[in-house]
Amino acid sequence: MYVAVKGGEAAIDNAHRLLAEIRRGDPAVPDLTVAQIREQMRLLVDRVMTEGSLYDPDLAALALKQARGDVVEAVFLVRAYRTTLPRFGATEALDTGAMTLARRISATFKDLPGGQVLGPTFDYTHRLVDFALAAGAVPGPAAEAEPEADAAACPRVTDLLGQAGLLEPSPPDDGAPVGDLTREPVDYPADRAVRLQGLARGDEGFILALGYSTQRGYGRNHPFVGEIRVGTVELDFTPEELGFPVSLGTVDMTECQMINQFHGHGAVPPQFTRGYGLVFGQGERKAMAMALVDRSLRAAELGEAVVVPAQDQEFVLAHCDSLQATGFVEHMKLPHYVDFQAELDLVRRLRAEHAARTAEPDEPTLREAAE
Amino acid sequence: MNPQITTSPGTGYNFAYLDEGTKRMIRRAILKAIAIPGYQVPFAAREMPMPYGWGTGGVQVTAAILGASDVLKVIDQGADDTTNAVSIRRFFTATAGIATTTRTAEATVIQTRHRIPEAPLAEGQVLVYQVPIPEPLRFLEPRETETRQLHALAEYGLMHVKLYEDIARHGHIATTYAYPVEVAGRYVMDPSPTPKFDNPKMDDCPALQLFGAGREKRIYAIPPYTRVRSLDFEDHPFRVQSFDRPCALCGAEDVYLDEVVLDDAGGRMFVCSDTDHCETRRADGHTGEAA
Repeated sequence: MYVAVKGGEAAIDNAHRLLAEIRRGDPAVPDLTVAQIREQMRLLVDRVMTEGSLYDPDLAALALKQARGDVVEAVFLVRAYRTTLPRFGATEALDTGAMTLARRISATFKDLPGGQVLGPTFDYTHRLVDFALAAGAVPGPAAEAEPEADAAACPRVTDLLGQAGLLEPSPPDDGAPVGDLTREPVDYPADRAVRLQGLARGDEGFILALGYSTQRGYGRNHPFVGEIRVGTVELDFTPEELGFPVSLGTVDMTECQMINQFHGHGAVPPQFTRGYGLVFGQGERKAMAMALVDRSLRAAELGEAVVVPAQDQEFVLAHCDSLQATGFVEHMKLPHYVDFQAELDLVRRLRAEHAARTAEPDEPTLREAAE
Repeated sequence: MNPQITTSPGTGYNFAYLDEGTKRMIRRAILKAIAIPGYQVPFAAREMPMPYGWGTGGVQVTAAILGASDVLKVIDQGADDTTNAVSIRRFFTATAGIATTTRTAEATVIQTRHRIPEAPLAEGQVLVYQVPIPEPLRFLEPRETETRQLHALAEYGLMHVKLYEDIARHGHIATTYAYPVEVAGRYVMDPSPTPKFDNPKMDDCPALQLFGAGREKRIYAIPPYTRVRSLDFEDHPFRVQSFDRPCALCGAEDVYLDEVVLDDAGGRMFVCSDTDHCETRRADGHTGEAA
């Protein structure tokens, strides 16, 4: 006798309870705290905040715990929570030139005002597994630098080059409202601000691969790292009832200014152009890849032929969001028996017709003539 | 669509999860969609607590139109007891505290994935479809900038060529679900991946049909009593699937059936995909060979 094959409420409940138990793991091992994730898995927390488009280290850490460390799932939790948050308005534009720097490097100048600041980086470590960490080794204190006397002493590299006209200037702030792709559907072709939003919250792996592709011949644009700066920036907001900006606090950011060669055209003299990357926390790989893809997506604006994927904004923006991608890929797990039944019916019919055709001896010559 | 309440039923979230500003934005898109039948209206879809591809578009449309006195039915593959239907029904029970039902006739709002109920819908009912790819031309032309122009010019030659090529290659139009329709004599529309068996139910339907695509951020609609024509050719008229046997449980003919594999020796049975329809018929005394 036919019994129901379709899932039920009890099955869902039991699956969720099992998930909760598996998430906890061996109860003999101490429970992971949100603070531990926030402090010791900080780069992961930063990535979840960036792709989740929400700056909240505690929430991102909790999401990671709930998601059993699955980044996309954690991003998902943060994004769904973000949906329910009320909007008070937009802050003033961040002044990354006034950033309190933890790290600042330039690959285009050996030395520059403010100097090169290595800061906390994996860059020159040897990737040897440190078994002392497993044994609970406590690191010695880090060396301390003299605090920077004046933030203006460390100008952005792009401002230095810009003064000489070698580098395209930033477009002036025309005061027009900036699009928000979380509040308006993307309307192609999208302007640069919207594209940058899409790239910022796009999946790190996807943006990285696209940026990489531009370095391997799929849309070459001769990049140099003008500057990467990592640090803390103050966030100012102007409440309507006050009419002057007040500080809301600080956020940690990573900014990448990529400088690209450009031969000029018509009235535009040869000069360097720019690609821009900006992410929450410390996320240099993402910021750099984002800057490469940003520059690549400016192809049409700069009169370059749009021929490769990284130059095609519909291709990039429509596919860079890990949540959209994972949702649609994974939805194939949902039942499709109704559609499959329809296909089954068609294939059976086509096979029956095929069998009938091959059974008739005169058929082949006729078919050949038709083809 | 009943008078709105905005009080939270103790969940910490607004009625039906979305805030009122978001609902207003979605309702505007719905109104525009109703005014231009079959036209895909962009809307600022939100990130929802279920994944893209699981019906976020349908859920947002439902959330925007639900009122406190609405009675909601949710189906997936025609059935109320499939896991995703259960999950979405629970979501609205938890966030809106509204009544739910499995009976097609009792529901004021029906959210569906992949099927249209067998029982005819009535005036005042709203059928909300979950849509994965709203653009009927997407697999013929991947670019939104291009497809938008094709719709604006009502240039649907690509689609007709595709259907013609099916006939040339297979002797049939080989599209069995998500079969394209022309709405109100103007826009070609994707009916979502319902089997083409369901296409005729969309035509001149007394209920309002709303389509929500969350990931693709589009809403479209078929107002009540609108002409919906499945694309075809004079010499190859549109035909729906037919099954060569009735439902094994309720004996219904002219319904869409699920094929259930019973054993590994080729044993199988065919039963109604629409579980409510099947149960209603059995309660009325109809039986099939396996009942």
